[in-house]
Amino acid sequence: MTGPAQGSADAVLMARLLARDPAGLGGIRVRGGPGPASDALLSVLAEAFAGRPVRRLPLHIDEDRLCGGIDIAASLASGRKVESKGLLAEVRGGLLIAASAERITAGRAGRIAAGMEAHGFALVLLDEGGEDEAPPASLTERLAFDFTPGQLGENDGARPGNAPPPVPRGATDAEVLAAIETTARLLGVAGTRPLLFTLRAAAAAAALAGRAVISTQDAAEAARLVLAPRATQMPAERPQELPPDNTDPDRAPPETSQTPEDVVLEAARAALPPGLEMLAAGRMRQDAAASQGGAGEKRRSPVRGRTIGSRAGMPGGQLRLALVETLRAAAPWQKFRRAAGGGQGLVQLRREDMRVRRFESRAETLTIFAVDASGSSALARLAEAKGAVELLLERAHAERAEVALLAFRGAGVELLLPPTRSLTRARRLLADLPGGGGTPLASGLDAARLLAEASRRRGRTPRILLLTDGRANIAADGSPGRARATQDAAAAARRILAAALSALLIDIAARPQPEASQLAEKMGARYLHLPRAPAAAIHAIAAS
Amino acid sequence: MLDNTHGVALRYLAMGFPFSAIVGQDEMKRALLIAAVEPRIGGVMIFGDRGTGKSTAARALASLLPPMDIVAGCEFHCDPVGAPCTHGGNGKVVRKPVPFVDLPLGATEDRIVGALDIERALVAGEKRFEPGLLARAHRGFLYIDEINLLEDHLVDLLLDVSASAQNVVEREGLSVRHDARFVLIGSGNPEEGELRPQLLDRFGLSVEVRTPQAIDARVEIMRRCDAQDRDPAGFAKHWRRADGKILRLIAAARARISDVQVPDEILADAARLCQQVGADGLRGELALIRAARALSALDGETELGRKHLRAAAPMALRHRLRRNVLDETGSTTRIERAMEELWP
Repeated sequence: MTGPAQGSADAVLMARLLARDPAGLGGIRVRGGPGPASDALLSVLAEAFAGRPVRRLPLHIDEDRLCGGIDIAASLASGRKVESKGLLAEVRGGLLIAASAERITAGRAGRIAAGMEAHGFALVLLDEGGEDEAPPASLTERLAFDFTPGQLGENDGARPGNAPPPVPRGATDAEVLAAIETTARLLGVAGTRPLLFTLRAAAAAAALAGRAVISTQDAAEAARLVLAPRATQMPAERPQELPPDNTDPDRAPPETSQTPEDVVLEAARAALPPGLEMLAAGRMRQDAAASQGGAGEKRRSPVRGRTIGSRAGMPGGQLRLALVETLRAAAPWQKFRRAAGGGQGLVQLRREDMRVRRFESRAETLTIFAVDASGSSALARLAEAKGAVELLLERAHAERAEVALLAFRGAGVELLLPPTRSLTRARRLLADLPGGGGTPLASGLDAARLLAEASRRRGRTPRILLLTDGRANIAADGSPGRARATQDAAAAARRILAAALSALLIDIAARPQPEASQLAEKMGARYLHLPRAPAAAIHAIAAS
Repeated sequence: MLDNTHGVALRYLAMGFPFSAIVGQDEMKRALLIAAVEPRIGGVMIFGDRGTGKSTAARALASLLPPMDIVAGCEFHCDPVGAPCTHGGNGKVVRKPVPFVDLPLGATEDRIVGALDIERALVAGEKRFEPGLLARAHRGFLYIDEINLLEDHLVDLLLDVSASAQNVVEREGLSVRHDARFVLIGSGNPEEGELRPQLLDRFGLSVEVRTPQAIDARVEIMRRCDAQDRDPAGFAKHWRRADGKILRLIAAARARISDVQVPDEILADAARLCQQVGADGLRGELALIRAARALSALDGETELGRKHLRAAAPMALRHRLRRNVLDETGSTTRIERAMEELWP
């Protein structure tokens, strides 16, 4: 349904709708890295926003420049406080473009979100995150459109034209509102914001067409653009949830007298992203996306480079000057120093005034439980691991520790609990645990290592807690066979050693297994024999 | 500034959403009303998903309240009635809307508590305190979205000030103390990181909001937003009467609350309930009684009854229960079960 022309036309339509109502629609999240496709979209947007401020948001913009504050250079030069307007205020009613949006921190996102509310600009998030990173949910939530510009190649000449003058708008037909609501519900779109986005996009579409009242067609367009990318299920999956007066969405649309519901739902359904047939997969995708935002923010915000204040000291080397604090320290003495007649210049600084920034250096740990969920004892083992996770999270607030849980069994590895500090979240995700099947030990080790390395890149201190008997029988490529599997596991273990990751292997077999202790040795891990591995004991070890 | 050639008006910015036009979310609205009637309650924590209207409701309540009189020229929102202003107020009185201060994530301690005024210090060599967000929130609301992501030491500080109603600054050679009485409203999604239990315990009330599921409610939300989008002024006018009613309710309850009698057996009931659910510490009991008293004042009654305790208990206690790893029952259910047992 969405060929190149459609994709391109959609981009133009989104740009025009957004230009109509930047404050109401919020903006666009553009997936995928930079390229001709996103450039084309940006140029369409720039055209649609012609005459209004369009600004780029540099990733490393400082707080004062973003939100406004004291212009220090100008203040020093003039000897009085010079306030500067922040970027967010400058772009009022216009368009703000953020590249590498997946790297925006939670704090920054909060400011931008507040700015959107105060200044009503539209935000374009160029999301280059891919699978394991996403922009903060506090921003993506506020954007009506989600665009994957795969199809947008050459711009085929569709250009945002001049908009007609606004017409006073009449009340929206109750049937149209109901159609939007039904479509959102049948597509599994949660929350009220998407409903309002759809409504506003429809209103903007009506305005573009010079209509005073939202037509069914406007609502259909809006549903296609706003609701379809948010869908978590196929509409036909839950026909029983239809209110009794509704028509069955499965029925072929009748030639005549289509209800607004049919039209809106059909439009959205036709634009559903591929692969949504798998209901569960769709849900997980959404879940993952939502969680990435939250968890990602937390991972990023408090480490590296976050100042928590300043202390006296000379800048240089690793120490960075805290300018404002330095001036503050010097300020009370200015009159006195001037009177004393020492030195030249507007501000007289002394060595003892110098302040340097103090960075937060909390060691945040991530404990990765990699649990062998194969064989018959899998369920009990997973249950104990789950208990240990929860015990660890009980105290996670104080220790700023995060926990993740991987299980490997059958042919693959599953990340049951992405790194989190939240007990609530852990409870929900670990509610039912799968178990049984063969032991793909190598895959399990590799997955644990990748997770550990990713968290280390984000400034965490990861450590791996492996619960297994060390007896692999599924090779890295998923084929059964003990010899290959053991070899692969050994190789994976050596990669952990090479990555210099801290690891601990808990042998959970009834008797100590030579395979397990050898494996521990290969990955440079401590070895511990702990049959049945009760939750409290694992927790004690993990907490130590 | 507004781009009318494109048919764009930044209409969402100018007008808030009227409090009475908020669909559903009764518990949240009730908790906010309690906080407006009884500021000593010590803050409201709102748990819930994004986009459920948490900040809209808090903002709406603030803008519903009548403008307040302050001493002109005073940056600390001094009340003309009461102790004389010592912040350079000129003795005249001005009216200002009840402040609603949004505390951004990543705000520094300086910006929150206030700091040395660099300009004055540099130019005049004068040591002067530049008030921070706490001073701006005095006699109003301080709203912190995603409070669970805020640095712990800042949450500590905020709760301290909110409990003591005073901001004490001892730094950079400054020694300042000023009144900072505000209703603290925090919001956050526990799935994205939880608040330390010690901090949570210091919030007077907590509510859980969910996105409305009922079809009628969802359609009604759209209908009202549609109406506001089309004609913000008309919409505000339409709801003004309902908002005025709520305002009178708050004013009457404020006047009445100190007269509400609390019988001894109700005090005993409250203590027993706290014990039963395992909400230890005095804070829970105090919050429960205060919230219940505010509710009975809002109901126009002169004596605190069990029904008010019942209505207030989930809000006042659910965030204070000790978490039991083995028991996954929600806090609200545990409280309701305990009330069922105690007061069948």
